[in-house]
Amino acid sequence: MDGPGTEAAQAGAMPGDYHPLPGVPDELMDAGGTLRPLWRDLIDHLGAMGAEGLAQATGRADQYLRDSGVFYRQYGAGQSVERPWPLAHVPVLIDEADWAQVSAALAQRADLLEAVMADLYGDNRLVSGGHLPPGLIAGNPEWLRPMIGIRPRSGHFLHFLAFEIGRGPDGQWWVLADRAQAPSGAGYALENRVATSRAFPALFAHQNVHRLAAFFRDFRDALLTLRTAGEGRIAILSPGPLNETYYEQAWIARYLGFALVQGEDLAVEGGRLMVRTVSGLRPLDVLWRRLDGNWCDPLELDPASRLGTPGMVAALRAGGLTMVNAPGSGVLETRALMAFLPQLAPVLTGAPLAMPNIATWWCGGATEQASVLASPDRMVLSPALGTGLPFDALGEARQAGSLRMADLAAWLAAEGPGLVAQEAVTLSTTPALVDGRLEPRPMSLRVFLARTAAGWQVMPGGFARIGASPDPAALAMQRGGSAADVWVVSPRPVPVVSMVTPAPGPYRRAPPGALPARAADNLFWLGRYVERTEGIVRLARARHVRLAEFGAAAQPLLDALDPLLMAQGADPEQGIPAGLLATLDAAMASAGQVRDRFSPDGWSALADLSKTAHRMATQVAPGDDAARALSALLRKLAGFSGLVHENMYRFFGWRFLSLGRLHERAMGMSAILAALADETAPPGALDLCIELGDSVLTHRRRFTVATSRATVIDLLALDPMNPRAVRAQIDGMHEQVGMLPGAAVHGALSPLARAMLRVQAEVATHTPETLTTAELAGLRDRIAALSDLLTEAYLR
Amino acid sequence: MTPYALRLTVDYTFDRPLGAGRQLFRVLPAEVPGVQHVRRAAVTIRPAPAERMDRADFFGTKVIELAVPPGLEMLTFDLAAEVDRSAPELPLDMTPPVAALAAELAALRTLGPASPHHFLPPSPRIGALPEVAGFARDAGAGARTALETVMQIGRAIHRHMAFDAEATAVDTTPAAAFAQGRGVCQDFAQIMVGALRGLGIPAAYVAGYLRTDPPPGRPRLEGADAMHAWVRAWTGTEGGWIDHDPTNDCLVREDHIEVGFGRDYGDVAPVTGFLRLDGSHSGSHRVDIRPLSGQRSARR
Repeated sequence: MDGPGTEAAQAGAMPGDYHPLPGVPDELMDAGGTLRPLWRDLIDHLGAMGAEGLAQATGRADQYLRDSGVFYRQYGAGQSVERPWPLAHVPVLIDEADWAQVSAALAQRADLLEAVMADLYGDNRLVSGGHLPPGLIAGNPEWLRPMIGIRPRSGHFLHFLAFEIGRGPDGQWWVLADRAQAPSGAGYALENRVATSRAFPALFAHQNVHRLAAFFRDFRDALLTLRTAGEGRIAILSPGPLNETYYEQAWIARYLGFALVQGEDLAVEGGRLMVRTVSGLRPLDVLWRRLDGNWCDPLELDPASRLGTPGMVAALRAGGLTMVNAPGSGVLETRALMAFLPQLAPVLTGAPLAMPNIATWWCGGATEQASVLASPDRMVLSPALGTGLPFDALGEARQAGSLRMADLAAWLAAEGPGLVAQEAVTLSTTPALVDGRLEPRPMSLRVFLARTAAGWQVMPGGFARIGASPDPAALAMQRGGSAADVWVVSPRPVPVVSMVTPAPGPYRRAPPGALPARAADNLFWLGRYVERTEGIVRLARARHVRLAEFGAAAQPLLDALDPLLMAQGADPEQGIPAGLLATLDAAMASAGQVRDRFSPDGWSALADLSKTAHRMATQVAPGDDAARALSALLRKLAGFSGLVHENMYRFFGWRFLSLGRLHERAMGMSAILAALADETAPPGALDLCIELGDSVLTHRRRFTVATSRATVIDLLALDPMNPRAVRAQIDGMHEQVGMLPGAAVHGALSPLARAMLRVQAEVATHTPETLTTAELAGLRDRIAALSDLLTEAYLR
Repeated sequence: MTPYALRLTVDYTFDRPLGAGRQLFRVLPAEVPGVQHVRRAAVTIRPAPAERMDRADFFGTKVIELAVPPGLEMLTFDLAAEVDRSAPELPLDMTPPVAALAAELAALRTLGPASPHHFLPPSPRIGALPEVAGFARDAGAGARTALETVMQIGRAIHRHMAFDAEATAVDTTPAAAFAQGRGVCQDFAQIMVGALRGLGIPAAYVAGYLRTDPPPGRPRLEGADAMHAWVRAWTGTEGGWIDHDPTNDCLVREDHIEVGFGRDYGDVAPVTGFLRLDGSHSGSHRVDIRPLSGQRSARR
């Protein structure tokens, strides 16, 4: 990269035709249009790649995001859909010295917010001292009265914060919004980092970019020290898979090694918070909530919440857990509070704000209303108790200048205390790739802070929001904006860190955590749905093969086969039955609930399987075409099963997944035998059984005699060595049930273990002659009942 | 001063045995200096709960929190109390006009439980009620003082609404109850709270009990046969809080026994918890209020 300027321009990228917007500060170029030295290497690098190289680089990043299934949920008219993560590939570069100032200023602001929170949930001196208007707090739905007077066990209300900041015309950083409720995005920052370094590996390697891992490691260690008992559990409280950032919650839980729980997983007992696990109630010591505070407890907070846990506030009151952040922290996000924080800073932290927030006027007073009326063109009006950025406040913010003066004055007079005015901000622009060229786009940074033993730790970069158009209001991702990595660049090499803290003393194997009952339930059903899918695929394939080979002559056999498909909700006439897709969707939904317990490879395999099946359904014709497509699906199913079977840790989670598979397979095979190995079944039905049981070769090898009902029942029902036989499933279930917690207490079997043993003895003592079709039907009922007993014992 | 024996019994039966559960009871009579004194209050719960915690909530209402073990088929909550109750002193009307309240309110820098600041903004169950606000503007016309305004609004709501125990349920919004012009004391009180707030008068929802058997020579008061609700309005720094019962169009007196106050019904609901469960339970409650020593009324 020796001749940057002109060559780069010729290569089609930049910076020759990059033009900052008039009057708008730009990260890449100074006011005179000169490239800032910080960006020199990156621009040279992009230039040297050429258009094709650049397309390949961004393709690598997108491939990574697709492969790891990074998504967020976008809300639209009455429904929501998963969207791929919208990465803007060019990172934002920030100088290390600049960042040090940002960090110090935000740490001060975090201390300020902690002090405000302690006061609002304590003595309320800020109100009695005239620093805050009482009406702003009393009418605030985020000020949670049941939390007042509860001192957090950890000594602090706030442990994890984010700030939205932007750079103004004079190069000064401004705080645009405070995020104190349950800030999201830290996990996405890590994904931004991985994807961006995939796009530009060489550049990332030689630029001295501060790493993100230390931030997570230190916060994890800080949470570990918040435990009282030392061995207590830590979990992330999620609103569930329909939340817009559920992907990230599952991801962070996996990354940090914490459990991911939902409100229904939890219970309060004796002032302590407990998790319902397959081993009973287990104490939980630290909860990092990604749920709004108001929803945490339907008993004392919002009674409409279906996501919370009754008694959560009682547990906090009793000092039975530490919650990050304490419920009620949402009040700190109130937009109107920004009008008062600049005056509060000297009172509460002894120093003026090191970084200003955007100029804000709470319109409850005459002076403030006069300020708005004096220069309405610079003002955006929005609800005083709203949260977040004014330009994110879709539909509720208005340019004061767009109103007639008389109307504006009347509005302020009537609803002043409910309104806040904020100065319209001009955000700096940063280069973004638009159709292969760099274009200036407005950007803001989201900066994450975590409380550690050494004070507030600031995540060095990771997350910027980039506008979809030059209009600063287009930043919101819900409206087409995107996210970029932020590189904090040092002139010196930076230390490379990993998540692993070297433990003092000799290595001890940590015991596996208890499995939440809801997770066990989802794993059990995942096993069942995947196996049910396989059953449908085999049945449908056998049908389409016969249809292709024998046409109408196959009809008697199809008449015997079709009810088996219909019993699974699959229409026999369809090439890829809709019922098969529905079963796969159910498997995906179950898997989606336990994404934190799944390897990314397993998830990708399942997602790929589902996508392929849905695509095939639109293209495949019944007969030979369908048979071939179904064979392809069968191979993909085997791929998923292999990944799970080979890679999943053999503990409770795996046991429930296995139990689901074994149970479903036992049900499926006994149904096949009842229908197709019956005395009245049409010719060819016995061979069909053997094919469905994938046992053609074994049958030929084991039985020299002709196929008979006895040989088929022996091989597919009673043979413990045949992995498709009913007997093998029952033996497997018997073994797994014996390993579950509480299977036997002081030698006495649990109801499930007892029923299991009875079924196992029944299958083991049958002969082909005694296992009649009627006996098979009865056996199938008793196997079905095992699922109910299992649910009763472990999955509630 | 009238001494009362108060008895409340709440019975629940569950169609199928219940999982472990928690609930809050806000039913204990309050201690109100100069007006109401609780001589004794005993609570019996059968079967015994796994945990019981007694405390006061933000507004000072006594709360009993119960955790019950799983497998419950029935639960009985029984309260026996003796309460001395007097009518609050009738205020001289020194209250300012409603228009002057805003300035007095702004000067009050407190968020203590009795601060009027809690009771002016919309609350979870009483949002902005444009219809009621319009009604209140008409009803309050001509009133010279805040107290007069409160009385006029109370009377107007009493006239507009018909008492009808079948017309509304516990979750009926004040807007819906107002639109149909029928409801119970909870609806009367929430509508009046919304009407006063619409005019700029801070107003709280008060929950309690009402003696419905009248002393000789006085008409029988109307109300649910059990719990009752009324309104507490702020009439300025000087006049303070005034309790008005729109269901009976009167200032509260010695027939009213207070449990507590809040922004709306949700803050002082007598029972929170069980009622959220999906229809698999049935409950009943009985209230008996009897004047002690010689003041026994003729019961039929």
